[in-house]
Amino acid sequence: MKIHPRKNVRSDLNPSRLLTFRIDERVVSAHEDESILSVARQNGISIPTLCHLDGLSERGACRLCIVEVKGVARLLPSCVTFPRQDMEIITASERVVSYRKKILELLFTERNHVCAVCVSNGHCELQNLAVELGISHVRYPYLYPRLAVDASHSRFSVDHNRCVLCLRCVRVCDEIEGAHTWDIMGRGITSRVITDLNQPWGSSETCTGCGKCVQVCPTGALSEKGKSVAEMIKRRQFLPYLQMMRGRQDESWPK
Amino acid sequence: MKDQGAPPEASVQVSSKSVEDRRLRLVNRTMQLYRNEAHALIETLHAVQESFGYLEEDVLKYVARTLRVPLSRVYAVATFYHSFSLKPPGEHTCVICMGTACYIGGSGAILDALREGEGIVSGETTSDGKVSLLVARCLGSCGLAPAGVFDGEVTGKLDSEHVLERIGRWRGHEH
Repeated sequence: MKIHPRKNVRSDLNPSRLLTFRIDERVVSAHEDESILSVARQNGISIPTLCHLDGLSERGACRLCIVEVKGVARLLPSCVTFPRQDMEIITASERVVSYRKKILELLFTERNHVCAVCVSNGHCELQNLAVELGISHVRYPYLYPRLAVDASHSRFSVDHNRCVLCLRCVRVCDEIEGAHTWDIMGRGITSRVITDLNQPWGSSETCTGCGKCVQVCPTGALSEKGKSVAEMIKRRQFLPYLQMMRGRQDESWPK
Repeated sequence: MKDQGAPPEASVQVSSKSVEDRRLRLVNRTMQLYRNEAHALIETLHAVQESFGYLEEDVLKYVARTLRVPLSRVYAVATFYHSFSLKPPGEHTCVICMGTACYIGGSGAILDALREGEGIVSGETTSDGKVSLLVARCLGSCGLAPAGVFDGEVTGKLDSEHVLERIGRWRGHEH
């Protein structure tokens, strides 16, 4: 079974079809261009996610939303997988949960996620996921990389030790703000988020200082200056609204 | 067709400094070939690498502006691929083959010796700017394993002492 691409162009001649399929033994129906993740959430079935954020494009980067599909040997990321007629999806089998735990544990080992001294302690999506999945210890050795903290921006700072490479900052800066100040350099374990030509954030020419990247960051990697341990609470309710406002066709403001 | 391609001088005028720089000719030609479209980025970076020997920061900015690609995206692409280098190459280059035959033949030990003796790992240049070290996947000279290339000259049956001596000669101090 293939993951078919999202079909954006819809018209009366090419309407999206309604499909019926099963998620966790429940019969659900949805349009063919809705992701399995969004259908599950509409039906009150929770699937953990880290890189997904309502209002941004899907990236399929964190792999926490993997689900089992009957007849497919691999586990599929539900945020970028689209339903087929009569598909049978299992969202929380033993196999799926054990993989999710492994992914989270590996995320913890890859950088220095020390909650006790983190600005986002108590409001961190990574921390919440670990609690939700019942992770009490990590079975793999920690890498303890020595990573930099960049506090050159006048209002924000970036701590690479807390970054999980979810790419939310990259996407929000590109898709909503339209600046594309952030991107990822390198590959594999040496990947880092960068601003412009890997220069200090404060010296970036393209950054507008809007702070959207800070608000969407799931961990304490991006934070406002002046916040102490556990004080950084992110607010991102503006996102779906901004996506709607920037995508609309008829601008109602009189010119 | 005629009005599609930009005149040869059009993008050169963007930066006054580039008019002098002959090395930018190949870069400009590549960008014009693709009508300055963003998807020409990798091809253009190859051209920069070829004519400058590495990706200079000012040139990256110039390419980003001309192709209308974000700076961070240019840097992301430049660091993702191993064939691009952001640092100027040394006067001499030494390539050690890490193909299967050479690896088994002991090219790992040669790289270890270079790290110990000269303080450089793959992709780095010695502090005096004389010698750059690179690693190749396979030179196709498996019969000569472990093999290496010294300034374009393939040499086989290498050992650590031989390589260190060769590099020592380039750096101007005898071992």
